[in-house]
Amino acid sequence: MTKMLVGKVTDIDIKGSRTVRIGDNVIALFRLSDGEVLAVENKCPHKGGTLSEGMVCGSKVHCPLHDWRIDLHTGVVQEPDHGHVVTYEVEVDQSNGSIYLTL
Amino acid sequence: MTDIRKKLVLVGNGMAGVRAIEHLLKLSPEAYEITIFGSEPHPNYNRIMLSSVLAGGSSMEEIIINDLEWYHSHGIRLYMGHTITSIDTAERKVYSDKGIVLPYDELILATGSNPFMLPLPGAEKEGVIAFRDIKDCQIMQETSQSYRKAVVIGGGLLGLEAARGLLHLGMEVSVVHIHPYIMERQLDEPASVMLRKELEEQGMKFLLNKQSEAILGKKRVKGLLFADGEIADADLIVMAVGIKPNVELAQKSGVQTNRGIVVNDYMETNIPGVYAVGECAEHRGIAYGLVAPLYEQGAVLAKRLAQVPTDGYSGSVTSTKLKVSGVDVFSAGQFTERPGTRALRYQDEIEGIYKKLVIQDDQLVGAVLFGDTGDGAQLFSMIKNGENIKGKEKELLLGISSDALASPKGNRLEGMADDEIICGCNGVSKSAIAEAIQSGGCTSVGEIKACTKASASCGGCKPLVEGLLQLYAGDNVVTVKEGICGCTTLGRDEIVAEIRRMELKTVKEVMNVLEWNTEEGCAKCRPSLNYYLGMLWPEEYIDEKESRITNERYHANIQKDGTYSVVPRIYGGVTSPAELMKIAEVAAKFEVPLVKFTGGQRLDLLGVKKEDLPKMWEELDMPSGHAYGKTLRTVKTCVGSTFCRFGTQDAMGMGVRLEKAFERLNTPGKVKLAVSGCPRNCAEATIKDFGVVAIDGGWELHIGGNGGVHVRATDLLCVVKTDDEVLEWASAFLQYYREQAGWNERTAQWVERVGLDSIKEVLEVRENRLALQERILTALSVTTDPWKQIVNEPELRKNFEQLSEMKTV
Repeated sequence: MTKMLVGKVTDIDIKGSRTVRIGDNVIALFRLSDGEVLAVENKCPHKGGTLSEGMVCGSKVHCPLHDWRIDLHTGVVQEPDHGHVVTYEVEVDQSNGSIYLTL
Repeated sequence: MTDIRKKLVLVGNGMAGVRAIEHLLKLSPEAYEITIFGSEPHPNYNRIMLSSVLAGGSSMEEIIINDLEWYHSHGIRLYMGHTITSIDTAERKVYSDKGIVLPYDELILATGSNPFMLPLPGAEKEGVIAFRDIKDCQIMQETSQSYRKAVVIGGGLLGLEAARGLLHLGMEVSVVHIHPYIMERQLDEPASVMLRKELEEQGMKFLLNKQSEAILGKKRVKGLLFADGEIADADLIVMAVGIKPNVELAQKSGVQTNRGIVVNDYMETNIPGVYAVGECAEHRGIAYGLVAPLYEQGAVLAKRLAQVPTDGYSGSVTSTKLKVSGVDVFSAGQFTERPGTRALRYQDEIEGIYKKLVIQDDQLVGAVLFGDTGDGAQLFSMIKNGENIKGKEKELLLGISSDALASPKGNRLEGMADDEIICGCNGVSKSAIAEAIQSGGCTSVGEIKACTKASASCGGCKPLVEGLLQLYAGDNVVTVKEGICGCTTLGRDEIVAEIRRMELKTVKEVMNVLEWNTEEGCAKCRPSLNYYLGMLWPEEYIDEKESRITNERYHANIQKDGTYSVVPRIYGGVTSPAELMKIAEVAAKFEVPLVKFTGGQRLDLLGVKKEDLPKMWEELDMPSGHAYGKTLRTVKTCVGSTFCRFGTQDAMGMGVRLEKAFERLNTPGKVKLAVSGCPRNCAEATIKDFGVVAIDGGWELHIGGNGGVHVRATDLLCVVKTDDEVLEWASAFLQYYREQAGWNERTAQWVERVGLDSIKEVLEVRENRLALQERILTALSVTTDPWKQIVNEPELRKNFEQLSEMKTV
């Protein structure tokens, strides 16, 4: 388990997303309207769409390729589609806005 | 430096007052120095959502409409937890309970209403509360942790919501009601009985025809005694018998009050400089307790204060929509029969559906819906518009048009093989759809879409899906009125009308006021609302990029492997050696894997990494071709009279002129143009959204063509003589399409839907054309080239880069 500092909350727009590359793996960090930051692997289980470029609605993201919906808290794909993506633990230091990702 | 602006004071920090202020800030941001006093220790929150907080659907933070940052950024002074105790209307000053004295030039009273507390003996005991604000919610939550039995007095809308919340908190709940049936103000008896049975199944108990006499207990409540001598045990009593306008402050300050604070059509009270809006105000004898009227009042008051002309407020027809854990109830207008009215009823006890329409002089005057409220919005707008429904009564009652049941599609579909693909985008076969209907219980296209994905992508197969629904669902087919997406039952026209009427200005506000059933919409309604708001308020709406589809957010077309493509604008398809060399150099420098001519006479650079996009745009230094957007794409041209021996007019010149005129225009769907220099039509103008074909001495203008999902040849709109007239008609046509069509509806579908004649009728009047042209110029005047903007603004450009700062801790 490694914990790393990946950036600041202000690096990510509200209802937006930024990515980090860790080795071969790309992780998408999302910032929800209520300020919560969540991280999932940046790959839709359907056809590998880049989730970071999808639309954020509440705590779900719509994959930009075929509109699969993924719950960012659990990584679970919503009905009528099936599957799940890996989620990662994120902490935000409220005092300075630093975002920490645990792998 | 003294502030010379007029001083505006708002008493009451709730939805109605703050809404008026929001509106005023948009109309006249600098006119007033604004101070707001609110008794509750919170910024402005959505009181309607309290029940959803109780039911666990939302958190307290989520229901805040304006956070403290909003007050701060608009320079508004906010006194939270301050109650104004008196007003000196002669000196124009207000006094707060904490010793603040403030002069005002204009004063808005938005004191809302108070829960009506029954004056029962023992009402002061611990554990007796109302259901009105955040504090009441907190008490309910705390009580539920150590006590079991709750009694709600009042079987109206508010009482049932409170009861539902208490059930959710794990308490046993009895609802006491003085009438023989619940919600008698919103429902007739059959609907009320159906609702009660449904709620009883969910665990609510009802004590009907009960008059409360006294509250029992020592320090804390123990029970409730009724007039007939019976007693109900209670650890908590919630009074939800009604609200009364909070007029105390107005009354003692000499402002005329009746049940509420009396106002005229401009929300003015009898005292100059004092206004009232919201639940505390009484307009033409009515004090409203619902959101929509309060918003309408706020809009009128804001215009008054900003000195913008307004027709004033003339009252509202209201409707009630209630959803208590899966039970949908709707009522509107005058839903009880009176002499001179007829009632039509439809009741299906098995499905739990009840519908009643009340008709007077061939007009719909009221409706009650239970179990399926999909038609509510449509019926409500009919009640408001007073349209004549003669001959349509049965259709309205059953929600099925008579010819929909006898469609010829059925036979063809019946003979189709089971494994035939109906939906080509998502590969859904006939048998998969049949199964969804027969064993999956789908009864509408929307349900089939959610269940199988058929018709969920391009929508081209929707008529086939509808046909299959009729084939397999037979008599059970429920023609649900489909909203623009699953988040709402409202259609495009209703949404646009409401945005216009209530002057809603942000996506979030539309969803709040029009009662979306999802928290933040979906990938379908968000871009739609963003488009409608931009179309309606071109000069003040700030485009929400987070509500745009991916391609439009990144200003490039996303490809299957996550790379993007870049199509620079090449006006009219006319380029030059220098421009071609520049494009070639950029393609080589960034090692673009594929360079391709598009169908629309442009160059497409495919396989570009997202992070390279801004760099490429910068090097290209060309405007965006918008090959990714619901906007003007290409203007295809033939060579025209410049070189062609048959050319009668300068097609390239006209194409370039049109493209420069309309580039960057936001439209409901993508828009493609073409200009041909003679009737041979080499630019294929007759399958474009707007096609121009030269004839000797003039131009033919064609509309509504499409070469895509459903090929459609254009209709001839008219023939004009001059180039300027081409621009005038094109502007008018495009603007009319922008204002009338639904988001994602191409001109071809739109022309089919509304009919060519209805479009011609409007555009043939020159005043209409000029007015439309003026509006399109306004819309175009606020657009900028997106590529340049992203290149120059680091805050936008950062979204194309990965986060690079990484340190292990």
